[in-house]
Amino acid sequence: MNAYIGTPTSRVDGREKVTGAAKYAADYNTERLVFGAVVTSTIARGRIKRIDTSLAKHVAGVLDVLTHENRPDMAAKDDAWKDDVAPEKGTPFRPLYDGRIRFNHQPIALVLAEEWETALFAATLVQLQYEKEKHATDLHAQRDKAFVVEKPEKPRGNAAKAYAASEVRHEAEYFIPTEHHNPMELFAATAIWDGGKLTVYDKTQGVQNVQGYLCSVFNKKADDIRVINPFMGGGFGAGLRPQYECVLAVLGALALQRSVRLVLTRAQMYALGHRPATIEHLTLGAKKDGTLNVVTHEAIAETSEFEDFSRNDTGWAGLLYKSANTKFEHKLARLDVSTPSDMRAPGAATGVYALESAMDELAVALKLDPVELRLKCYSDRDQNDDLPYTSKALRACYRQGAEAFGWSKRNPEPRSMRDGKEFVGWGMASGVWEALQMPAAARIVLTANGHAEVSCAASDIGTGTYTILAQVAADALGLPIENISVKLGDSTLPQTPVEGGSWMAASASHAVIAAAEEVRNELLASARAMNNSPLADAKPEDVVLAEGKIMRRHDQSRAVSITDVMRHSGADRIVKEKKNEFAEDLSHARNTHSAIFAEVKIDEELGIIRVTRVVSAVAAGRILNTKTAHSQIMGGIVWGIGMALHEETVFDHKFGRIMNANIAEYHVPVNADIHDINVIFVEEKDDKINPLGVKGVGEIGIVGVAAAIANAVFHATGVRVRDLPITLDKVLR
Amino acid sequence: MINFQYSRPGDIADAVRQIAADPRAKFIAGGTNILDLMKYDVERPAHLIDISRLPLTGVEETASGGMRIGALVPNSDLSYHPLIEARYPILASAIRAGASQQLRNMASTGGNLLQRTRCLYFYDVATPCNKRAPGSGCSAIDGINRQNAILGTSDACIATHPSDMCVALAVLEAKVHVAGPAGERVIAFEDFHRLPGKTPERDTNLAPNEIITAIELPARGFAKNYTYIKIRDRHSYAFALVSVAAALELEGKTIKEARLALGGVAHKPWRNKEVEATLNGQPATRESFRSAADALLRDAKGFGHNDFKVELARRAVVRALTQAAQGTPQSQSNKKIV
Repeated sequence: MNAYIGTPTSRVDGREKVTGAAKYAADYNTERLVFGAVVTSTIARGRIKRIDTSLAKHVAGVLDVLTHENRPDMAAKDDAWKDDVAPEKGTPFRPLYDGRIRFNHQPIALVLAEEWETALFAATLVQLQYEKEKHATDLHAQRDKAFVVEKPEKPRGNAAKAYAASEVRHEAEYFIPTEHHNPMELFAATAIWDGGKLTVYDKTQGVQNVQGYLCSVFNKKADDIRVINPFMGGGFGAGLRPQYECVLAVLGALALQRSVRLVLTRAQMYALGHRPATIEHLTLGAKKDGTLNVVTHEAIAETSEFEDFSRNDTGWAGLLYKSANTKFEHKLARLDVSTPSDMRAPGAATGVYALESAMDELAVALKLDPVELRLKCYSDRDQNDDLPYTSKALRACYRQGAEAFGWSKRNPEPRSMRDGKEFVGWGMASGVWEALQMPAAARIVLTANGHAEVSCAASDIGTGTYTILAQVAADALGLPIENISVKLGDSTLPQTPVEGGSWMAASASHAVIAAAEEVRNELLASARAMNNSPLADAKPEDVVLAEGKIMRRHDQSRAVSITDVMRHSGADRIVKEKKNEFAEDLSHARNTHSAIFAEVKIDEELGIIRVTRVVSAVAAGRILNTKTAHSQIMGGIVWGIGMALHEETVFDHKFGRIMNANIAEYHVPVNADIHDINVIFVEEKDDKINPLGVKGVGEIGIVGVAAAIANAVFHATGVRVRDLPITLDKVLR
Repeated sequence: MINFQYSRPGDIADAVRQIAADPRAKFIAGGTNILDLMKYDVERPAHLIDISRLPLTGVEETASGGMRIGALVPNSDLSYHPLIEARYPILASAIRAGASQQLRNMASTGGNLLQRTRCLYFYDVATPCNKRAPGSGCSAIDGINRQNAILGTSDACIATHPSDMCVALAVLEAKVHVAGPAGERVIAFEDFHRLPGKTPERDTNLAPNEIITAIELPARGFAKNYTYIKIRDRHSYAFALVSVAAALELEGKTIKEARLALGGVAHKPWRNKEVEATLNGQPATRESFRSAADALLRDAKGFGHNDFKVELARRAVVRALTQAAQGTPQSQSNKKIV
């Protein structure tokens, strides 16, 4: 009965977005709105000796300038600042809390004015004196001070002994620089003051996370603060944790008892979370036939001085490849920077880049085709926990991807393939991510005219959550999709987790199904009570909702229309809210997989690198919407191209300062950098993971892409670049 | 951003009067650079004189067979002007290599000449920069200098001029018409931009009380054998690591005259007429091109991150001369350098 699930349904919110009707956090207006502007630090570490706001306060139209010296109360205890996704260890950052400078571009004052321009002007008049302290922002310089934070996966066998005994060995270090999310929409919050209660429109991936955090930070009752964010112009993980704009907007509103809007500048957004710079050290040992004996993977990532942020960079080899001996280690080095945060496929984008580059180097050493090496080492079980997968169609990804790409025509010799002045390089890599799912609730309001409103607190960060929930609801309720409206991004709606980790599709869609079952049960109860009901003896499991009717599953002629049932029962609406929890099942590993094939063309003399073709074959269970999922994967590939060739947050370590804190100088790919991209969804039926067989596609698109490109660059040029981004100077000979 | 006064002069004389009367005033035309600089607190004009409505938007043929381009002609209009495309395609091409369509729609011809450097330190008021704050020091020399200059640098400054259009204008030997309190004067293009020396705060020889009124192109457009290639860290919407404008006059396979200008490597579009002259009478071959490239870059010096630009510039010169000689100029809508 799936009229919509699995189809390329266009975005239900597309019209609102392209016509500008969709409102974002900074779009909400109210009377007597106050505008904020933030002053940020120009040193990376130290203390504010003196902060003089008198000049700024004298500007006509300035209402107040808040600093750590005069701000309203905020919670003193660390725990009050811990949001749902804060690192376990550490003290979360508190804007304007004290005079300590912990990183460059740290917010240190909030100017509040009647007009935005006035606030910006006055912000330039805030005078500061610092007591500077020696800072550290260079991971390479601090690597020796790194400490082990966790052993994500148990070691197996004896890695050192196995490596020594291996016939073919590879050892190398790979580096991924700090990267920033750079969502198009600036971080912004509009805090609407209503006699002590606040409605906060905030750019976030989790309205309930922000709501809980603000209540805790400002010691408010749950119904004092409501957080709303129906649309988001890109999140990518930057909006998983509450960012300081929401704290400062509320702080300003409390100080003035007026509504406040604060929009961060692009440069200020570089002091929010980021993908941590990471050094990845790998050793691989194999027999001459390509059988892997040993994998060790050590990651050294940066974190802030005040929180331990770490993700699983290592251990992916245990999911992909059979190896009797493994050792994984994750270390952190403290830097004077803001705390890193999740950024699309955190841990995997970086760790799998290193692993899949190393596997390519091993294939070269073994004189084996890279795909063949991966098939030889293919693991049908999660090696780390010795579990079978709920499903794993990675073999099919390799096969279908290679076929679509034309991989069999590859000459394995580096510098052997050419097109005019350009070297041609073909590289491939595997991708892997977790198929996570979380408890989530949804509400359905079915009205007597056959329309339904589906709602939950989830954010649609641009991925298509509105659309897939409309599809799922339409199918579950047996209604045309035009009759479904979806409401998201309001903290008063049914509880959902933050939107991240690729878990929202599975989590929210099963919540909708659970709520739809409640609706069906009530409809059935009413239908059974009708005179001469064709469903008189039907049980819930005997009936389905389809074509606007409630009908017997196996005899669709025995049916009653939903509108008739509701007219008969006299109810003008049925309201059902249901929380879905997935049965705990530790007997299987749950992952999505991909195989990426990339072609680069590199100008022989000038070193200019073009990624002319990418084929990504993805196995991610059932694809709810082949159109939005395709866009997700395509976006991940484009980002992977950026990660491989362009992206780098450039620090001047002398100043401890980011020097390219704008999107003119922080390069992401532009249209001219993108050529042919082919996304293949490999069929992967999964009846174990959840009833719909859904795994989520938010992260998998980027994983492995940078490695496939780096491997192609080596194949084209014979130059192995192990530090990203691969700029033309690194391949010039 | 600070508060500023805003005025709209009625004519060029009024504009000159206004700028001469207020040393803290600046002109604004398209605003594609000054507004950025104001947002970054790099420029703090007390007064913006909006010249965008002055009647300087003509593109006309001159009596001597050249063309005169009003200072307020938008970059896009100039690039797609039929006579410019036909007679000065190197200029049309260089403009299209710069910025984005939206910026080119706003940016003016005169303003393009007055773009300020994109040196990362110039843009960040929290760091020392001699160009922005004379005497404060140059952070780029031992800092992040991937985009910085390799030719004509000084101990005070290694910034580059960011324009693409100007690289073509240098090759075409355009003239810059300016008006000031003392009347009008003409500045040869090679004399318009300066090297940093000890006064990197001065980008050009335009006096603070002068206004650019027009760019004059001499008759020779090198429409047959030319190219503009731009090498950068992504294929569009990035400033040049190295760019080359090359124009040739050929007699059969022999070079009669060669002109070469480099962008992204110096404080001004970089030309060396002596080196160009060595190509005269030479066969249009790779060997000739390479030896000219070597000579052109002989005194080039990197500062660490930008060391690679020296060899990259040599190779780019060879590629550009090859394209020009073959009559196969680079198309700026091609997603590859051919």
